[in-house]
Amino acid sequence: MSFLTLTNIQKSFGPVQVVKNFNMDIQKGEFVSFLGPSGCGKTTVLRMIAGFETPTGGTLTINGKDQSALKPNQRNIGMVFQAYALFPNMSVHDNVAFGLKVAGAQKPEIDKRVKEMLGLIKLDHLADRFPYQMSGGQQQRVALARALAVKPQVLLLDEPLSALDAKIRVSLREEIRQIQQSLGITTVFVTHDQEEALSISDRIVVMNAGKADQIGSPFEIYNTPATRFVASFVGTLNLIEAKVVDPDQNRIQIGDQAITLKQSVAAHKAGETISLALRPEAGSLSDSAKSDTALTGQVVSAHFLGSVIRTRMNVGGNVISFDMFNSPGTTPPSAGETVTLRFMAADLLVIRD
Amino acid sequence: MKAQRLGAWVAIIVGASYFIIPLIGTIEFSLRMRRGEYSLDAYQSVFSDASFRETFGYSMLMALLTIVFGMLLVVPTAYWVRLRLPQMRQVVEFITLLPLVIPAIVIVFGYLRMYNSSSYLPLTGSTIGTNILLVFSYITLSLPYMYRAVDTAMRAIDVRTLTEAAESLGARWTTIMFKCIFPNVMSGVLSGAFITLAIVMGEFTFAALLNRPAFGPYLQLVGANKAYEPSALAVIAFSITWLSMGLLNLVSRFGKAAPAKA
Repeated sequence: MSFLTLTNIQKSFGPVQVVKNFNMDIQKGEFVSFLGPSGCGKTTVLRMIAGFETPTGGTLTINGKDQSALKPNQRNIGMVFQAYALFPNMSVHDNVAFGLKVAGAQKPEIDKRVKEMLGLIKLDHLADRFPYQMSGGQQQRVALARALAVKPQVLLLDEPLSALDAKIRVSLREEIRQIQQSLGITTVFVTHDQEEALSISDRIVVMNAGKADQIGSPFEIYNTPATRFVASFVGTLNLIEAKVVDPDQNRIQIGDQAITLKQSVAAHKAGETISLALRPEAGSLSDSAKSDTALTGQVVSAHFLGSVIRTRMNVGGNVISFDMFNSPGTTPPSAGETVTLRFMAADLLVIRD
Repeated sequence: MKAQRLGAWVAIIVGASYFIIPLIGTIEFSLRMRRGEYSLDAYQSVFSDASFRETFGYSMLMALLTIVFGMLLVVPTAYWVRLRLPQMRQVVEFITLLPLVIPAIVIVFGYLRMYNSSSYLPLTGSTIGTNILLVFSYITLSLPYMYRAVDTAMRAIDVRTLTEAAESLGARWTTIMFKCIFPNVMSGVLSGAFITLAIVMGEFTFAALLNRPAFGPYLQLVGANKAYEPSALAVIAFSITWLSMGLLNLVSRFGKAAPAKA
C-alpha cells in the first residue's frame, strides 16, 4: 500500500484548469521529483499536498488518512520554500525550534532536537546567528533543518535550490538526498531543472499542462521518454519524422532510407507519419561502434563543446545531432561531407505526441 | 552652474527661515515672562498647573490606547488584505485615506449623531463611553498614517511565504500573527505609533466637541487667557512632535541595519 496517494486530483483557478486528473502513488521513504516547465502545475500539486490549495476534485491520502478536511497546520508536513522563508526576527536556533515550541515540547527536548538537526546540516556553530547574517545556502539548510525538526510524515521541497548559485546547488542537492536517505523520509521535490531531478530522485513525474506525461525512474525517463514533450524536455534529443513502410515488419523510412525498428509500429498504418527519438550520445561515425543500423546524410555543422564535438547532419530533411568524444586524434567532419551515422535500432524510440 | 547653486541655497535659506524664525520668536517670547531678563518662569508656571498635568496625562493615555487598538485593527487588516484579499487592496487603501479628505468636524458630528445618548449605541451617555468614542475617533484620524506604515513594512517581508512556513510547522493564526508577523513589521508599527502620538497630543476638534479634558483644548484655553504660557506650551508641543519624529527616524534606521529578509 502506498504512503501518499493522489487520486484524480484536479485544480482550477477560475476557468483555467491547472491540474487535470493527476494520479500518483508514492511509497514510504521514496524521493519523488515533479519536473516540468513553469506553469505546468507541479507547484500547485505540491501546495495541495501541503494544504495551501484546496483541490477542485479528487482525493489525497497520507498513510491511508484522507487529508481533505485537514488544514495545513494539522497535516504534519514539512516544507522548504524557494525563498527560504526563515523568520527574520528569530535566530537559527529559534527558527529550528519554532515547530517544536508550537507542538508544546519541553525546553530540554527542544534543545536536544535543535542540536541534532543543526548537527545534521553541519551548522551547529551558527545557532545564534540571524537569517540576514547567513548565505543563501546556509539559510536553505536551516530551512531544511526546521522542516525536519518536527519529524514530518512527508517532506515537500518547492524548488529549494533555484535561488542558489550553481556550485552550492550541486552540493546542497547531494546533501538533501543524503539526509533524506538517512532519515528515510517520504519526499516530494519540485524542480524545473532536469539535472537535479535525474541526479537525486527515486522516481520522476514529468508534468506538462497540468497532467503527468510520464512517471518513472530517472533511467526510464531519460532513456525511454513516453511522449514528445518528455523527450524534448529531458536532456537533448533528436526528434525525427519517419513514414511507416511495413507495420508488421517494423519497417520505417527516413527520407529515402528504410530501416527496421526494434520497437513495434504495428499500431500504425502503412504510410502514416510517426515521431522517433534518438539521443545524441547514441550515435557514432565509427565503424567499430556497436551498432546494427545506419543512416547516411550530409554534415550541416560541427561544434566543439570541450569534451565532445556535436555534429549536426541532414537525413531526408531531418537534422540529427550526435556527439563524438573529443580526443587528440579526432578530426571533426566538415560541413557538406557525407557521413554514416551508426547506432543500435533499440535506441531509436517511437514516441507519442 | 554657480548661479543655480546660489539660487538653491537662497531657496533653502528662505524656506528654513519661514519655519525657524517664528519658532525662535516663540521660544524667545516664552523666556521673557520675568521683566528685563530671560527665565523659565513660563515653563515653571505651565508645569505647576494641575490642568497641564491632567490634560497631558489624559492625552498621553488616549494616545497609547489609540496606538494599541489601532494596531490591533490595522496589522491584521493589512495582513489579511495582503494574504487573502489582494483584490481589495485598493478599496482598503481608499477607505484609510478618507480621514485626510473628510474634515475632522464632519467626522465628529457624524459620530455625535450616530452615538448620542438617544441612539442605539449611546456612547456619549457616559464618560467611559465618550472616552471610547474619542479613542475610536483618534484611530480614524491616524488610519492613513498607521495603515501605510504597516503596509510598507509588510511589503518588505514575504508575508505569504512566512505564513505558509509557520502553518506547515503547525502554527495557528494567533501564533503566526504575534510570533512571526508582528515582530517583523515592528519598525512599521513603531513608525505608525509615533505619528499617532504626535497627532493625538495636539488634536483639538474631537476632544473639544466630545468635551473631553485633552491637551489640545487645554492649549487653546491657555492661549486665549494667558500671555507667555501659550508660547511655552507651543514649544513643549513642538518638542513632543520632534521627539516622536526623531524616534521614528531612529526606528527606521534600526530597521535598515537589520533587514528583514524572508
